[in-house]
Amino acid sequence: MSAALYDILRDRLRAQQPTALATVIDGPDPGCKLLVTPDEVLGGLGHPELDRIVARDALAELEAGRSGIRHYGPEGQTTPEDLVDAPTLAVFVESWSPPPQMWIFGAVDFTAALSRVAKVLGYRVIVCDAREIFATRRRFPAADEVVVSWPGGLYERRGDQLGQRDAVAILTHDPKFDVPAVQGALATRVGYIGVMGSRKTHAKRVERLREVGVTDAELARLMSPIGLDLGARTPEETAISICAEIIARRTGRAAPSLRDADGPIHS
Amino acid sequence: MRELLDDIDRWRADGKRVAVARVVDILGSGPREPGAAMAVNEAGEVAGSVSGGCVEGAVVSEALGVLHGERGPGIVTFGYSDDEAFAVGLTCGGTIRLFIEALDW
Repeated sequence: MSAALYDILRDRLRAQQPTALATVIDGPDPGCKLLVTPDEVLGGLGHPELDRIVARDALAELEAGRSGIRHYGPEGQTTPEDLVDAPTLAVFVESWSPPPQMWIFGAVDFTAALSRVAKVLGYRVIVCDAREIFATRRRFPAADEVVVSWPGGLYERRGDQLGQRDAVAILTHDPKFDVPAVQGALATRVGYIGVMGSRKTHAKRVERLREVGVTDAELARLMSPIGLDLGARTPEETAISICAEIIARRTGRAAPSLRDADGPIHS
Repeated sequence: MRELLDDIDRWRADGKRVAVARVVDILGSGPREPGAAMAVNEAGEVAGSVSGGCVEGAVVSEALGVLHGERGPGIVTFGYSDDEAFAVGLTCGGTIRLFIEALDW
């Protein structure tokens, strides 16, 4: 068994396959490991029930893209009553998820800037526009993929890949493109949906979305007009304001300057 | 961890034993997230980092201690407080906990 677990981990990390590694860091046998993937569980932490519970939790951490310490009883107990007077194990669950995706609809100048900034943040960037002459790799060298398609086609093929960590940015101002792009995003579990436009454009778009049956609850998911209020002017500044908004939505912060806020910088 | 794979492969191909230190917990401000990792081989060569350079030197000695059998796998804590002004710590004032182990799995 020696070295086998690491070899599997290494190969999966290189292939960017979702993988979690649970390691006992405090307990009778520190260093014991469980390698957890969506398809299989390898190794062991000393008790089958503990393995089962840790594997379940590790899959949840993997889904959320989180790493951290969890505590268990020697047989996988997790409820506080079961842990009174029982020795506990500290298990570090480290998860490696594939990079989050950002889908950008509309092959415009803002898209080029946003795809560059999104790459800095580690996103896999997909640019989509139906107009073949605009949606070219040459115009968006930073994007991982440039897809010539109507939004519906892309959502139909790959919408089920989108989850909480992913983002959709709709930068067209063209109703025949942005209405289906918004509708498609609302049908997924994507964590962030931002739609570009002035307040006037936004108001008109909301009207059109209501006409096609989008509900108030669905409209509440949209960040529109897109971005934080930084006074951004250029495509690059706007890209920063969009990415900053995505971070702030994830962390649940209101995004004032650190100088003007209280409390810990990290939490 | 991903950024360490090439160095670890090379060291192991050379027959060198390797220890890995991973950040498992951060209290207060910390420069790196849980999972930040550093590898040390028995010759004292290093890959990766676990802080902004504040504790790496101390991590190397702990990792060599593990490789030389002076200590088992376990948690090492680095922190900073006024009464430990000369202890190894983080200039940002936080505390980090690392798990250090031999790569023998």
